[in-house]
Order: sequence, then C-alpha cells, then structure tokens
Amino acid sequence: MSPRRDPAQVAAGDKLDQVSEPIERLDLVKYAGASGDFNVIHWSDEAARSVGLPGVIAHGMYSMGVAARMVAAYAGDPGAVKRIKVRFSAMIQPGQTLTAGGEVAEVDGSRVTLRFWAEDDEGNRVLSKGEADLELS
Amino acid sequence: MPLNQALVGKEYPPIRYEVGREKLREFALAVGEHDPVYHDEEAARAAGHPDIPAVPTFPVVLSFRAGALVYADPELGLDYSRVVHGEQEFVYERPIRAGDRLVAVGRVAAAQTKGRHELLTITTRITTEAGEPVCQATSLLIARGTASRAADGEGR
Repeated sequence: MSPRRDPAQVAAGDKLDQVSEPIERLDLVKYAGASGDFNVIHWSDEAARSVGLPGVIAHGMYSMGVAARMVAAYAGDPGAVKRIKVRFSAMIQPGQTLTAGGEVAEVDGSRVTLRFWAEDDEGNRVLSKGEADLELS
Repeated sequence: MPLNQALVGKEYPPIRYEVGREKLREFALAVGEHDPVYHDEEAARAAGHPDIPAVPTFPVVLSFRAGALVYADPELGLDYSRVVHGEQEFVYERPIRAGDRLVAVGRVAAAQTKGRHELLTITTRITTEAGEPVCQATSLLIARGTASRAADGEGR
C-alpha cells in the first residue's frame, strides 16, 4: 500500500480509482466462511428461490468490503479511515461484475470526505449514498 | 408481532473475540484485498502498524455475532426471515489488528415503523478487553412488510 495520501494534494471532485470485481459463487462461499454469515440465500439457489429471489445473491457486506478496498487504497492507510457508511440499494448475483467508484466530496484541512457507490453490469446501484471520512494528518 | 419499542436502549451480553493473523488474511482475501499491508507482518510494520491491520469491514465479524444475540431475543419480536440489510456504518478509533483481544456489545438503538416496514437499528460497540475504544458498527435492518401485518393483525 502506498503511504498515507498528502491532504494538500486532495481537492473536491477528485476521482477515486475504480475497483471492479467479477463475482462468482465461490467468492460468496469464501466470504460466508470468512465472515461467519452462512445465510442460505448466499449459497443455495433452491433456498434463495424459495424466498422469492432469482437465485443466490451476494452478501451486502461483500459488496461493501470490495468498495472499502477502494476507500482504503485512496487513503493510502487503513488507519486514516475514520468512518465508512453505505446504503444497500440493490442485490447483485454471481455472473455479474461489481464496480465501485467515487470522488472527493469535501476537504477541510486534513479531514477529507468521500462519496462513493457500486453498481452491477447494467448500472444498477448496488451500494448508494456511500460516505467515508478520512483523517490524513 | 411488532417490534417491542420498550427494548430500545437494551444492551446484550458481551461477546469476546481474539483476533488472529490468519483470520484477518482470510477475510482480506475474501473481499479481494491482496495489498501486502493486510497480509505480511513486515509490510504492516513498515507502514506503522504494530501488526497486520484488518480491512475496514472486518468488524462485521464481531457485530454479526453480537447482533445474533439481539435477533434471537424473543422479547424483540423480530421476524428475521423478512429482514434485509438496509444500511451499514463503521466509525473507527483505529483499525482492528492481529493480537487484539476484543469485546463487542450489541444494543438496540432504535425501532420504528416506516410505511409497511419496520426499521431496527443495532449498534455494536467494540473495545479491547482493557476498555480501549476501537470501533462502533451500526446496522439498519429492514423487516419487510411486518408493520402492515402488525397493524392488520393478520399474524401471518
């Protein structure tokens, strides 16, 4: 990871480097094991369909985890991330690619606020109203 | 059964969690994070961390466990089969890191009705065993359609 970003080099409107992650069922199985969230709707099509879903869907927290990579990479240091928040606005299924992007919303000295999102192949917002506060001092 | 408003403010028993390097590596890989700072002790120390830091969403492992005590509370009246995750926030004092011995306490922060849905806000306060604050996780859960069922008395 690059060193903590210099806040003097940050301006409102700066774009974050996007992160894209193709999602396979195996990714959801790994995430289930790593996170402890074994809800059947994330690995069994049969169970997912029985509750009205089109098939297995990714954990919302998997998508947030991918988007958080982008935020931490922009900060250059996980210790500079002071707050991160998302709204889960659509589900995403294996076979799709999750793409996260964002920009600098506000700079107040060493305090930087980011806005970010994540979407599927069709441009549906999987994560919306993403916000992160960085302390880059 | 509607959410029991009387439980707003209720705290649940603490869960304890010992943070291991391999678990942090496993979680980082599971979200596709390959940066050496999250995997290699030397890279982590070179970046100023005492040991491998967790990726930002790792605290969900603790808040998920602490939250399970809340969901299972029969007095709360939550129909978990109708729950979707609406929003998630983490506020950090510092990153979780390998070797941390943590305590997580779940709390019902809010319960309200919005149209046909019920909204439940659960916070999980994460500290070290010594009481040093580390992170607070806030989850907004949406129980779909449960408000109208409660109002109509369908009990379905």
